[in-house]
Formats: sequence, C-alpha cells, structure tokens
Amino acid sequence: MKATGAQIITKLLERHGIAMIPGIPGGANLPLYDALRASSIRHILARHEQGGGFIAQGIARSTGRTAACLATSGPGATNLLTAIADAKLDSIPIVAITGQVPRAMIGTDAFQEIDTYGLTIPITKHNYLVRSAAELLEVIPDAFRIAASGRPGPVVVDVPKDVQNEIVEFDKWPDPCPVTTPPPPDRETLLAAARLVASARKPVILIGAGAVATEAGEMIIKLADKIEAPVASTLLGLGAIPSTHPRMLGMMGMHGAPCTNIIINEADLVIALGMRFDDRATGKADSFCPNAAIIHVDLDRSELGKIKQPVVALQADLQDFLRELLSLIDKQDRPGWRERVENLRSEFPLAMPDIDDPCQPYGCIVQTANLLDEAPIVVTDVGQHQMWVAQAFPFSFPRQFLTSGGLGTMGFGLPAAIGAALANPQKTVVCFSGDGSLQMNIQEMATAAELGVNVKVILMNNAHLGLVRQQQELFYGARFHASRFEHQPDFITIARGFGWNAYNLEDSLSPLDTLARALHEPGPVLVNVPIPQTVNVLPMVPPGAPNIQMIGGNYHVTQNA
Amino acid sequence: MSPRMHEPIAPNEEIIRDTHRPVLRLVVRNHPGVMSHVCGLFARRAFNVEAILCLPIEDGQRSVILLLVDEDERLDQMIRQLEKLEDVLEITREEDGHEAFEVMARYLAS
Ligand SMILES: Cc1ncc(C[n+]2csc(CCOP(=O)(O)OP(=O)(O)O)c2C)c(N)n1
Repeated sequence: MKATGAQIITKLLERHGIAMIPGIPGGANLPLYDALRASSIRHILARHEQGGGFIAQGIARSTGRTAACLATSGPGATNLLTAIADAKLDSIPIVAITGQVPRAMIGTDAFQEIDTYGLTIPITKHNYLVRSAAELLEVIPDAFRIAASGRPGPVVVDVPKDVQNEIVEFDKWPDPCPVTTPPPPDRETLLAAARLVASARKPVILIGAGAVATEAGEMIIKLADKIEAPVASTLLGLGAIPSTHPRMLGMMGMHGAPCTNIIINEADLVIALGMRFDDRATGKADSFCPNAAIIHVDLDRSELGKIKQPVVALQADLQDFLRELLSLIDKQDRPGWRERVENLRSEFPLAMPDIDDPCQPYGCIVQTANLLDEAPIVVTDVGQHQMWVAQAFPFSFPRQFLTSGGLGTMGFGLPAAIGAALANPQKTVVCFSGDGSLQMNIQEMATAAELGVNVKVILMNNAHLGLVRQQQELFYGARFHASRFEHQPDFITIARGFGWNAYNLEDSLSPLDTLARALHEPGPVLVNVPIPQTVNVLPMVPPGAPNIQMIGGNYHVTQNA
Repeated sequence: MSPRMHEPIAPNEEIIRDTHRPVLRLVVRNHPGVMSHVCGLFARRAFNVEAILCLPIEDGQRSVILLLVDEDERLDQMIRQLEKLEDVLEITREEDGHEAFEVMARYLAS
C-alpha cells in the first residue's frame, strides 16, 4: 500500500470514527486539506481556530466520543491553545492536528513557525511532533487511544508540511487502538469502603465530571437510596442524575444552595465519586467537610489525596466500583439523617426570585426550560449567567450540560453549542451567554448560519462583565473599574447581519410569548434578554473562605459550631 | 578532552553529602521531547530537581533518567504525575542518593 502522510491522517481519522472535523486551512496544512477533499469526513469551516477547537469540544462533550480539529502552523496553532487547555482541565477527549513548517526549516524562525510541541506540553495529556510519514501509522492510533483512555484529555499531533507530502509504503492499515480499561477495583479496598459506609451515620455522596463521563447516574441513585445519602454535585457533575431527583441537592460550593453546603459540613462520611476537590467546589479545603471520613474514587490515581486525605482511596471506574459496592452492602435506614437533611433543605433552600419573569435571571432560565417539550442540550459561557444556569436549570440526563469548568473560558458557549448541535441534529441546543462572553467568539455566528444549526443563544444581557462587577462590589469596596461596557453593541442587528433570526425581549409586549416563538423557530436564533444590570449571584462563598461562610446564605456559622 | 573553562574547585564534602537525597529512576522512551515533559512537570510545581542524569539504554529505544530531588511532602504526588506521562515506562524511588551523583559531584568539583 502507498499513501502520503496527509492521506494516512485522513484515512486514520475515518477509521477512528471521525465524521466531521472543524478547522481552518493555511500554508502548513494545505496537503492535509487536499487529502481531506477526497475523504468522507465533513469539514466544518470555523471562523477562528479557538472557535474550531470549541466546536470539537461541543461534539466530544455531548457525545462522550473523541473529536478532532485542525489548525495550520504558527497563529493557527496559537489560536487553538485556549480550547486545548480548556479540554485538559475538564478532561475532554480531543485530537488536534496542527500543520508545521517543513522539517528542514524547524528551528530557523521560518514564516509561521512556532514551537507547537513546546507550547502544548503543559496543556495536553500527550503531544507529538511527527518526524516521518511512517510514524503517523502509529502516532494517530496512539493519539486516539490516549485521548479516550482512563481520564480523557486532549492530544496534539504536530505534522510538518513535508511529512504530510511524504509518500510511504506499508502492508496494511493499522487497526484503531483499543481504549485501555482501568484495573478492576481492589477487593480489600472495596471491603474497607463497605465497612466505612455501614458505620456512617451521616453519609453524603459528592459527584463530579467522572460521574457524567462514565454515565454512572443510575447506580449512584441506587447507592443513595440504599444508604439514604443525599447527593451533591460539582459544576461538571450536573446532569449525571436528574436535578429533580429527591436525593439531589444540586451544585455544591461557591454558588451552591446554602443547605447543600451545610449538609456537607455536617456529614460524617463523604463518598467522592469522580470529583477532584476543586477549590470552587470545596471552598477553603481545610474546612471542607470537617467532620467526615472520605472515600475517594477516581480513575486518575494522582487525584487521590491531592487535596483532601481520604480514609479509603480507590483508583477505579465508577461503574465498576458502584456495582461492587452495591453488592457488598445491605439496605441501611438512617431516618434521623434523612429528617435532618429534609429540615435543612426546607430551612436553607436556594432563593430563586422572579422565576415567572423571563427578563429576570432565574425566570429567563426556568421559563426557557418550561417552554421546551423535549429537554435541550444546555451550553453556557462563563460568568454570572453560567452560575444561575447551574443553580436553576432542571437537568435530566448526562452530557446535557456543557460548560467550561476548570479553565472558565469566556467564549466557550457559542462554538461549543454549534458542535453539540452538529453531533445531535435531532436536539435543540440552548446556549445561555453573557454580553461579555458572546463577544469573545461572536464570529462563529457566521459558521452557525452557514450550517443552519439548531442553536438558540439566550443572551442574558446586563451590559456588564457581571461576575467581575459582583466581585468588585463584594470584595473591593464597590470600587468598580473596567466591568461596565461604556459602549453596548446592538446584538440584534449584529445577529441579523450574520444571517440569524433575532428577537428582543426588551421591546416585547409579551416577553414570554416572544421567547416561546424564538425557541421554536428552526435554525440559529438569538434572543436578547435585558436583565437587571446589578443583580448578584447568591449565595456566594468568598474565594478562599470555608463553604459555610455564604454571603446571602442566611446562615450563621455559629449556629452549628 | 574539552578545555577547562573554569578554575578547578576543591571537592566539597558538603556537595557530595548533598547527593544523599531521594533519587527517582525513570525508564523512558528515548526521543527529543521526553526531557521537556519530565522537567516541565517539576518546573510547573516549583519543585526543585537538584541534578539530572540521562543515558540511552539497550538499543537506544529507551533511556534511563536519574533525578536527584528534594525530600518533600509533594514527592508522592510528583511520582503519580510522572506515572501519567505516556513516555515514562517505569519509575523506582531510591531513598538515599545514587553513587552516580556522587561521582558526578566529584567530577564537576575537580
Ligand atoms: C477568556 C476570559 N477572560 C476573562 C475572564 C474573567 N471573567 C470571568 S467572568 C467575567 C465576566 C463575564 O461577563 P459576561 O459574559 O457578560 O457574563 P455575566 O457575568 O455578565 O453573566 C470575566 C471577565 C474569563 N473567565 N475568561
């Protein structure tokens, strides 16, 4: 068999199930684009490489399967970096293939030469600078194996232009690399976990992104029911089990419901499943669940004991762990704890004012959910609107909620929503954005219009970098600086200019009807929702403070001390 | 022999004693990027590596890297991070230095 490096790449992408690939061409990846023309892969022309990277993320996050994206050398690669770093922090499987200057020119500061390999070391799970076309036969399958095995993450493959053109002969196409599976959970450790669960009086289950990635929701509910433990989630664990489930306490941490943080504070056992004790979830780590023994289960061994010292630590797949644990424990009734949890929930709930008014934060989110018969995929940008959505949207299935957690990247929303819509054409994708975030990848409106994707951008427009304004108000003596937009663009005109339909709730006589119409219109639609300019997301744990110190939480620390 | 660019320094017993610290012995795939991956892990966490030795083994497909490191409570975490690197095939930890570093200290000091 004979093929060029570029043909090898496209063929192996096909063999690894890549049906579409976002990217932007340039000098150093033109051979690859030439080969792509002849392949079955549908190319998605983004308008910025960061947009392309987030489109790939939208595909990967919504399906759980590895997605790929393309960029040329130099500025193409540097533009892609943010999307790759974002995938690293949230453990999203992405294979990014970048063009590089020809081998002989590497290290000469050639036109559009940048050390992509060096730049991406700290933001990838693994990366390659490919030095021959023959190497691609191993590197591409390896890249897909690494991206999806264990704790997923991004892989960069940097391919010099002459390697893309080089012709090699080989015997047969390599098979797609199988994803490696984690070892079965250790028996002794399982028994220790079972004993600890049996002796606990006040157990709480905490779930994170791992619960979504392994789709372990059903078994988590079984465990919660069997041992009478409430369940709290990190930002990225939302959707793993339905928000409406009676044991679900919603999001924990900085913007969690007061009762959620209080219940965790009272727990004597924390079962942490696929979560990594991120500071936004734990507050001051030393004060987090101060009375609890911890059972920590994660696929990534380096997470065990990194922040909090567990009594029982287990590297395992959550499904395996839960299946085994469930077989080892009996039904355990904890009426006293159940009652305490119920009391705390009714005494310290999340306050959600104005849920009937679509021009108020909670109302906008709750009414959007109510107006759609079928549960949409929900994407957010980063800021206050993101936290309101995390608090208030009734999630019902895993991979429903796509949000930039670890890196907190403004500009994530629109392109990720496009990717999710491409991968799930039968679904509506709702993207809640802020007027700051939307401007960070607004050029992808052109991509969305071209593709006609079913994306509804709900722009929660407060004319501010709202979350920054909030921090300045609360922690910098209300000395506001650079958090208000002096000039506000006309988003309706902009959206229409890109070929979108656009609705404005500001001048609508019946905002709810207008919202309903917008949500049911096919194709990309923008809804401008003028929300009050100075409302805060509450409660809020000040950065670095213990989780039970909640501004607006209506709860006094001394109460339970 | 390369020409000496510096005045000889008297062998310093303290420097030699200092080589008696934990040593991590890594077996890695031998290619140009491995050192960056390994060193980057330490640099990013401001974890000091006192000395490094690296030589290819067998047919040159693999290398051994010896890292002389500080005894630090984060060392276990560092090892777990190293284990995650695709090109790191094996890690062993020795508690009390490695004669190679003593030899190196004498060589550099002479
Ligand atoms: C790329 C990037 N730059 C800066 C920040 C810091 N930051 C966090 S939230 C925020 C404001 C977001 O404003 P907007 O998108 O309008 O959302 P709002 O908070 O008003 O809902 C900023 C600037 C960030 N998260 N990402």
